[in-house]
Amino acid sequence: MQAEEKIIEVSHLVKHFGKFKAVEDVSFDVFRGDVFGFLGPNGAGKSTTIRSLLSLIKPTSGQLKLFGKDLSDNRNYILQRIGCIVEKPDFYKYLSAEKNIEIFARISGVDVTKKKVHEIIEFVGLKGREKDKLGGFSHGMKQRLGIAQTLIHDPELIILDEPTTGLDPQGIIDIRNLILQLKNERNKTILLSSHILSEIELIANRMVIINKGKTIVQGSVTELLNAQELIVSFKVDDTEKAKQIIQSSSLNLGIESVEGTSISIHISQEKIPMLNKLLCDSGVSVFSIEAKRKLEDYFLKLISA
Amino acid sequence: MFWKSTYNEILKIAAKPRSYIGIGAITLIVGIIIFAMYVDGLNFISFVTRPFEQALSFEGNILNGNLIAFIILQMLIIHVPLLIALVTGDLVSGEGAMGTIRLLLTKPISRTKILFSKYLAGLTYTFVMLLWLMILALVVGKMLFGTGDLMVLNSDGLIVLQQQDLVWRFACGFSLAFLSLIMIATLSLTLSCFSENSIGPIVTTMAIIILFNIIGALNVPVLEPIQPYLFTNHMVAWRNFFEDPLPTAKILKSVAILLVHIVGLLGIAVFKFNKKDILS
Repeated sequence: MQAEEKIIEVSHLVKHFGKFKAVEDVSFDVFRGDVFGFLGPNGAGKSTTIRSLLSLIKPTSGQLKLFGKDLSDNRNYILQRIGCIVEKPDFYKYLSAEKNIEIFARISGVDVTKKKVHEIIEFVGLKGREKDKLGGFSHGMKQRLGIAQTLIHDPELIILDEPTTGLDPQGIIDIRNLILQLKNERNKTILLSSHILSEIELIANRMVIINKGKTIVQGSVTELLNAQELIVSFKVDDTEKAKQIIQSSSLNLGIESVEGTSISIHISQEKIPMLNKLLCDSGVSVFSIEAKRKLEDYFLKLISA
Repeated sequence: MFWKSTYNEILKIAAKPRSYIGIGAITLIVGIIIFAMYVDGLNFISFVTRPFEQALSFEGNILNGNLIAFIILQMLIIHVPLLIALVTGDLVSGEGAMGTIRLLLTKPISRTKILFSKYLAGLTYTFVMLLWLMILALVVGKMLFGTGDLMVLNSDGLIVLQQQDLVWRFACGFSLAFLSLIMIATLSLTLSCFSENSIGPIVTTMAIIILFNIIGALNVPVLEPIQPYLFTNHMVAWRNFFEDPLPTAKILKSVAILLVHIVGLLGIAVFKFNKKDILS
């Protein structure tokens, strides 16, 4: 059960660069303990919103409140409680990993010991590379160091803007596990912007989708996705018999397609076990039930609307 | 937090390879000048004193460490600004080019404090450069050429300054030369706030110095009203401390003009840096 304490309140955020309207009306709330997915296509205004939250950009209008305080009047108080990666984490290439972390820790508002620096580098899996200069680091290693940098002052809120961009599959899994570890073991609130919808689906509990600078929808990931009708593929031994059972059943389901031994059906989540039982009771063997990417479909439906 | 940030900035300057280009260049140039004077210095002195030899007789160690230091200062003070701008012009724009400015400005320290940290670190570097120049010129000069009275040639003629009268003159000259270089550091830092790459502010700083030098040297009536206020005309004001009698009013005017420029440029830099949207 989450405490309903608002950590981020974005209210009617607007940002114009001259005549270009980067953000027109974005609003959303992030609660303590959330892993909050921030979604939108390229150019939707995600980075501008995140930069506004971090006081890198001055909004044209709208209100930004973090930890219950207005950002414009409490910048330093708020930033002391935030760790962030904005797009790709860039560091001083001529300094070692350890020195880079020390430099950012020194101005993070808390006293950080050398021991803590080493612990945090070890936590992100870079033990043994502390003295190496950043010039020789891969993108994945820089991302890990970026996360180390966000954690060094033990912030309450972590903002990660596209943290898995440019990473290989193993790197993506590692970063995902790190984020889950941060939520589960360190009880952090995380705002996560990503293009990889499966990532958000896997780790976020709440989300907002924005498009063309405006909020389209926000809420619980489960509720938003479950409210949608899914396309679920049933792999069976007899598709013809399954088709007849589905068409004659009182479940009122639409068949999307039949391919080989798979039959795809428009179905809501709560009807899946009912249909499975019906097929089994009618003598049809069900080998697997697979939902198509829910968030991907939902996202595309909203964006194209 | 301000001092921690300043410490960070000094560490960054110390770790950057480009910071050592200036120190290396000064060492090399001073080395070449000292070598040339050691090998052929007497001919050089004779060339300068020849017009006065019929009226005056010169005795003692004319080619001494004090004269070497004065010559080196005079030769290098025009070129040191490029070496200063190489580092100070990169202080803000370099962070933008590297992308580190995004992280830096999300830390709980005000932008004004970050800018002043960078400024103070840049001034520390400038001081170290000038100090190194003075150590090489005075200490090495005196070690190789000994000491003696300083003979200075200016527009009014030849001035001979007593050896015991030189310490304060060099100290004050050094201080005013430092103020001139602070002006250059401020200019390049201000330009750095407007740029997202390192080269722009460095090239622009040098372009402004060249342009102002040309305007200052042109004998055109329409330019005469602005010429006294160009900072480049006051870059060599340190030389006034080697005049006798001391032109106090002239020195104070130069100090005032340089200070006005520094404060004005700093104001522009603070305003721009605080208003800047970080898009890189």
